[in-house]
Order: sequence, then structure tokens, then C-alpha cells
Amino acid sequence: MSIKAQQQDIIEEFDLFEDWMDKYEHLISLGKSLPLIDPQFKTDDYIIKGCQSKVWLHGALEDQYVVFTADSDAIITKGIVSVLIRAFSQATPQEILEANTDFIKAIGLSDHLSPTRANGLVSMIRQMKLYAMAFQTQLNA
Amino acid sequence: MVDFNVTKIREDFPILKRTVNGRPLVYMDNAATSQKPQAVIDAIAHYYAHTNANIHRGVHALSQEATEAFENARRKVQSFFNIQAPEEVIFTAGTTQGINTVAHGYRSILDPGDEIIVSEAEHHANIVPWQMLCDLVGTSLKVIPMTKDGPLDQEVYRQLLSERTKIVVVNHVSNALGTINPIKDMIDRAHKVGAIVLIDGAQSSSHIPTDLRGLDVDFYVTSAHKMCGPTGVGMLYGKKHLLEALPPYQGGGEMIKEVTFDATTYAELPHKLEAGTPNIAGVIAFGAAIDYLQNIGIAAIGRYEHELLVYATEALKAIPGLTIYGDGPDKTAVLSFNVSGVHPYDIGTLLDQMGIAVRTGHHCAQPIMDFYQIPGTIRASLAFYNTKEEIDIFINGLKRAASMLST
Repeated sequence: MSIKAQQQDIIEEFDLFEDWMDKYEHLISLGKSLPLIDPQFKTDDYIIKGCQSKVWLHGALEDQYVVFTADSDAIITKGIVSVLIRAFSQATPQEILEANTDFIKAIGLSDHLSPTRANGLVSMIRQMKLYAMAFQTQLNA
Repeated sequence: MVDFNVTKIREDFPILKRTVNGRPLVYMDNAATSQKPQAVIDAIAHYYAHTNANIHRGVHALSQEATEAFENARRKVQSFFNIQAPEEVIFTAGTTQGINTVAHGYRSILDPGDEIIVSEAEHHANIVPWQMLCDLVGTSLKVIPMTKDGPLDQEVYRQLLSERTKIVVVNHVSNALGTINPIKDMIDRAHKVGAIVLIDGAQSSSHIPTDLRGLDVDFYVTSAHKMCGPTGVGMLYGKKHLLEALPPYQGGGEMIKEVTFDATTYAELPHKLEAGTPNIAGVIAFGAAIDYLQNIGIAAIGRYEHELLVYATEALKAIPGLTIYGDGPDKTAVLSFNVSGVHPYDIGTLLDQMGIAVRTGHHCAQPIMDFYQIPGTIRASLAFYNTKEEIDIFINGLKRAASMLST
């Protein structure tokens, strides 16, 4: 599925929730079901430091597609991480570089990407793009 | 609580009428900044609408009125803190600038080998400027450790004091925990070895009556915005002879007596330490905030807030798996806590959805978090315009958040 289609899918999924509580309960359960990151990548080399919650992110290139795995010490952050991974993982570097994050606004979580939210998510997206850029260079080489 | 009309007081704060995420705002982040009563907001608007002019220079009527209002605010601060002379009140941009003004000045006063004592429970603003001073001058920093429930280890403090001690810096109240330090005793002990003392009053000046002359403190700093006043304004108090000995932190206009390219002589206090055009509207509004607080009375505020603290502490302690940090006997209405197995950020995020504003994180006091070996806490800090009903909403919200996160 393309990033656009994946994002549309996420938007439709979040549209089902009528109030904030259902939405956050969903995020929490997404956070809990996020596949574990390989422990070797849960080190300071892979950490994205927010002021409050930490995010670990690893990207690998598998058969032209970027595969992201991640973790966070806060469960809501982990839920959002899981949404971001669903949107950007298994896509080509080119697609990731061209993608935007408007869907975050559409699902009503843009607060978490504002600079006041010290949760490392803005940096996480930047880091995903950096991975994509590196893999793109690798593919073009 | 009979004589404390919180319903009437809440009417004075327009922001308390607003909603957040569709719920009535429950503001419990008062240790970060207090809300502003209409009188303070009016003072700012009135100044710009009627008086705006630069101070201390113009011969015209507006400038004279602005100067009079500005100096009047200085006298209000002087009287509020029981300060001997108005020129001992230096207006700053806030507590941080006040501390930096003193720390910077002592670069040329201290010698290598001299010692500065700080506490483990300081805000970063009362640690970093002294570290910078030590790096530059070669003085060393000694640290008074905390004890389990927040109070500083006074036994170690006594041992750290020596004839090498030149400055002791400590907060009156810890921003992260609310612990009240026995500053009178600490000041007296420092004076016995000839050291001077700087007290960070940012977390105490709107909660505990502060008599600076009675304390015999050498320097005292605080921020207007924690006292219902505007942001960007604070005050540095110093004993006159110490302020006179302090080299200026910033050069510029206002602070000079005479400038030639050969030499500049500095103005008298307080102007020597108030370079440039100050935050005139802010200072005048600080004066209005002091009038407002004084009208209610700091002692009455302290008593009411203590009742809120007792009520909230009891309710928090009934929640399973909840740990309060700094649960000592002498504290202001600050509740710093964690729920077992839950990240503070998650709780803060869910409370925000319910219109409840608390602070989560390390509260710019990482050494305290290191002491407890935690990444951060959830901090609810109460003010005199909070109510028991709001505490009930907060406690229910907290229980709801905790149950959402633990299922």
C-alpha cells in the first residue's frame, strides 16, 4: 500500500472515534501492540531525545523498502510512534522523502507535533526522512 | 476557610472562566506561572493607553508620570518585602536574570579556592550560573544533599560551611517538590563564617510572608509572574553595600553617570544595575499585583493553600500505586508524584484532554530527579484561586487516566 493510501486508511480508522477517550484508548492499545524493537537498537545511538519521553528508532533497507522499528518509554508516544511507522514503514525512500504529515492533523493529534510537546515526535519524523535520504543515496550509488 | 472567599477571588481572574478541550479549565501549574487578575491586566493596558513614555529622562509630563508610576512600584516592592531602602530594589527580567547579575558580579570579587555552597534541590537557574562562575574563577561548588522527603541535610550543610565559604545559594521553596527550607537558620549559620547568602524566592514570595530585613539576607531574587504579575519582570534585592560593590552586569543607557571614550562612571543605585529601558509597563503591573496580593494577605493565602494541600495530599495517598515525592512536613501546596508503572507524560497528556493543566517532567531540577532515580514527576501546584472542587475533578481525572493507562 502506498503511503497516501496507508494514511487515508489511518484517517478512516480514527474517524470512528467519537470522543477523545476512545481515541486515546485506541492509541494506548496501538502503543501496547507495537512490535518490539530489537534490543540492540534500544541504545543511546538510536535514541531521539524529547524533553520528557524518549523514542528509539531504527530503519533498515529491505529489498528497496524502508522498514522502521521503534519504541518509546511513554505509552501514548508509543501509540503515535506506531501510527507513524504504519504510515512510513514498508515504503520506498523516495516515497518517504515526498510524504507529508498532514494526516496527523486529520486524526486530531497535531498537538503532539507542536514544538511545545516535548516528546521527540517531530524529531522522529525528521529522523525517518534522514534514514530515507541515506537509503536513497545508497540506492542511487 | 470561613473568611476566605475563593468564589469572589476567582471572579478577578478572567482566564479561569475559559474552557480547555471542551472542559472548564482546572489550572494547577501555578509553580510554573500564576494567572493574572484583572487589576494587573488593566494596569498594563492603562499604562500603554494613558502614560506610555520613557522614564527617568524626559522633562515632559508623560515621562514624569511614567517615572513616578515606575518608582511607585519600586516602593511597593520595598514595602511588601520589608526592604530598608528603595534603591536596594533592582528590577530585572526575572529570577534567572537576578541570579546571573549577582553571579556575574562576583567574577571579580571571588578568588580561586573560594567556595560556593548550593543545594541539591535547586532549579537549574540557581545551579548553572554558579557553575559558570566556578569555571571562570576557579572557585569550587559544594552541594548540600537532600534527604528522602525533601528537606536539605542541615548536618552536612553545617559541615560544608568554613572560612572558605563565600556565598551560599539556596531556594526558600523547592520548585519541584514545594519543600520549605529553614532559611533564617541557614542565613545565620552562613553569616557566622562570613559568607553571604542569596535566596531564590521564586516559589515562595506569593505563598509565604517574606521579611527580608528580618531574615538579614544579603541577596534575594524573585519573579513577578509567579506572583500574579506579568512575565519578563523580577526583582533583585541586595544589601546596599553589596550592590554598590557589585560590578554592573550589563552596560548601556540609564546605568551611567558620565561617558567619555576615556572612562565611564556609573550611576548610583538602583540605576547602575538597570541598564537600558526597562519593562516599564511590566514593573507598574508588578506593583498592581503586589497591591492585589497584599489586599488578600499573604498569610491568609498561605493558610488557605495549606488547607488545599492537606485535602489534595490525603486524596492522592488514597490512590493505589501513587508515590508523592517530597512529602515532608514543611511545604507549600505543590504535589509532585508518580503512578507506578506509568510515564508522567502519559498522565499529563490525558489530564490535558480533561482540561486539567499540570506540569510533567523534570521541572528544571534534574538533580532532584536523579536523587529519586526517576525521569520526572507529575506536578500539581496549587494557588489561592484553586478550590476543593477542582481538586476533586483533578483526582477523578487522575484515576481515570491511571485506569486507562494500566488496562
